[in-house]
Amino acid sequence: MQQLRFLGKKTIDLISGLGRAVILLISALIHVPNIRKGTPLLIQQLYSVGVLSLLIIVVSGTFIGMVLALQGYTILVGYGAEASLGPMVALSLLRELGPVVSALLFAGRAGSALTAEIGLMKATEQLSSLEMMAIDPLRRVIAPRFWAGFISLPLLAAIFSMVGILGAHVVGVDWLGVDSGTFWSVMQSQVDFNKDILNGIIKSIVFAFVVMWIAVYKGYDCEPTSEGISRATTSTVVQSSLLVLFLDFILTALMFVK
Amino acid sequence: MVSKKIELWVGFFVALGIAALLTLALKVANSGVGGGGETYQLFAKFDNIGGLKVRSPIKVGGVLVGRVSDISLDTEDYTPVITLDIYAQYSQFSEATSVAILTAGLLGEQYLGIQPGFVDESVDTLVPGDFIEDTKSALVLEELIGQFLFSQGSGEE
Amino acid sequence: MTNFESEAQLVEIENLTFTRGDRVIYDDISLSIPKGKVTAIMGPSGIGKTTLLRLIGGQIKPDSGKILFAGKNIPLLSRADLYEARKSMSMLFQSGALFSEMSVYDNIAFPIREHTQLSEDIIEKIVLMKLEAVGLRGARNLQPSELSGGMARRVALARAIALDPELILYDEPFAGQDPISMGVIVRLIRSLSDALGLTSVVVSHDVPEVMSIADYIYIVAEKKIIGHGTPEQIRLDTSPLVQQFVKGEADGPVPFHYEAPAYRDELINISAGDIN
Repeated sequence: MQQLRFLGKKTIDLISGLGRAVILLISALIHVPNIRKGTPLLIQQLYSVGVLSLLIIVVSGTFIGMVLALQGYTILVGYGAEASLGPMVALSLLRELGPVVSALLFAGRAGSALTAEIGLMKATEQLSSLEMMAIDPLRRVIAPRFWAGFISLPLLAAIFSMVGILGAHVVGVDWLGVDSGTFWSVMQSQVDFNKDILNGIIKSIVFAFVVMWIAVYKGYDCEPTSEGISRATTSTVVQSSLLVLFLDFILTALMFVK
Repeated sequence: MVSKKIELWVGFFVALGIAALLTLALKVANSGVGGGGETYQLFAKFDNIGGLKVRSPIKVGGVLVGRVSDISLDTEDYTPVITLDIYAQYSQFSEATSVAILTAGLLGEQYLGIQPGFVDESVDTLVPGDFIEDTKSALVLEELIGQFLFSQGSGEE
Repeated sequence: MTNFESEAQLVEIENLTFTRGDRVIYDDISLSIPKGKVTAIMGPSGIGKTTLLRLIGGQIKPDSGKILFAGKNIPLLSRADLYEARKSMSMLFQSGALFSEMSVYDNIAFPIREHTQLSEDIIEKIVLMKLEAVGLRGARNLQPSELSGGMARRVALARAIALDPELILYDEPFAGQDPISMGVIVRLIRSLSDALGLTSVVVSHDVPEVMSIADYIYIVAEKKIIGHGTPEQIRLDTSPLVQQFVKGEADGPVPFHYEAPAYRDELINISAGDIN
């Protein structure tokens, strides 16, 4: 009986939390944008969310590309198919690893930072101050951060895939001896703009939306104590990572399975 | 109120992202964007289309001249009909042209190979909407084995 | 023309009831805040005094009753109108709530930049004037993390008066301050009120400080207003609850002991358990 009540309460909490999240999103985003005032805020956030994530994305992308080339070559050479290294690396990155890994890294780096920042502003009553100064904290604090993440992640995913392919080129061509011309030309013949690149971008846009929504909501909704903030931060990383992986499965099934 | 340094970095970041996207689009992906443009349509009937798919390439001697845009069954005699989108610059196929379903490499994807027929005054060129008469269907494994066994059997007699 | 009585009350609360969950915080209370004066709201901790400020500011809605600010009923205002009304109000939070990523100067300039189109030159003059009023003109370039608690609160006060509001709400301004900072805040609240004709509402439980600057006091306890009047009237109030509060007595109508079963029974049960 106790368990049933617990379960019921958890379900109701979940649904009301979802409702609050939706209301937050709509209130923050659906309004006439003020270009003059909003742009500096957006640029500031693009810096803290996007530019500061560049390092981790570039380094991870390069190493993942290099590892793909290494492993891929080892396997393909057994079938005499090392000419296919190019497309193998490119397709793995563009379709899956690029959007997914960059989203996971982004959730860990930028998502958690955002939740902590917003949570701290809530705990120190900065959000309340804004309200009392007749400034809507949703438009001033939440919205620019959301849009910054939404714009940044697809760009970061593209950069990830690009440096991954370059890293793979270094390992495959310079180190393992695959012919450079073959590497690029077989890749070009196998990679299709609409199917592979565009779908990868669509995935990353969906992930960006989800990761930012969770990060911003958890920060705004958390308990204004140090415990509450730390719990919300961890929760952001865990939940957005799980949701990204789940959505990746759904999107892959929709996009790539005939 | 945004410092110059931040503006610079953000600009760099966005530029880098767009450059990555462009590089991926142009260098990595199939520049089907480049060869594109005007196309006209021809049709061909086959007994068996094998593993041919929409967007499969159409090649003459290995050179890409178009793509398959539609695969369907003829409504009257229920034979497969393939619609070929040929690039407009290759408009001089004669009526004696033949088309076959070939396989790229041993286990590769299937494509349409066009063998252009000879052109002289007695033979017309194919105009948009024409059917290519001379077609060779895809090789089906079971039929091949059947032919092989049959030829083996008749050889022994 | 207009009723002189209502002209003199900037905020009127009528028959306010507010519950949080199943706990009743306020049960049908009414009070009025006279214009241009310092009104204090006192009471034991946890009674919900900050809640009252939030109700006045429209951050939360009451279950029933009216909250009239300059004649407008706050809970019924549309979002746009509420934001308009808030431009004439300011709130000083207990922690100061300065924006941590901006300097002191930018914190004070913030509301001016947001709500007006004044040039940076004029803004600079205004910011300096406000800083001068709180005695921190030399601290203009410091970051909030470099300020002591008392200084942060003074900067927050300067920010609160940046747009010359009609009403300032102080949430526990004296809490946790050393005697000197306390003296500074006390002096500022009084002098700003007099110099700028501000209406101040001070929520606090620091009896001596409040008694020294308030023009009118409301004491809130047990979901109701248990006493109100000028400081003199409050001192002479005969209600035991008021007396306990004002004198700071440990035990009285508000008991010392948190509710618990009989002491003797608990002790005996424990030793009986040990024997077994």
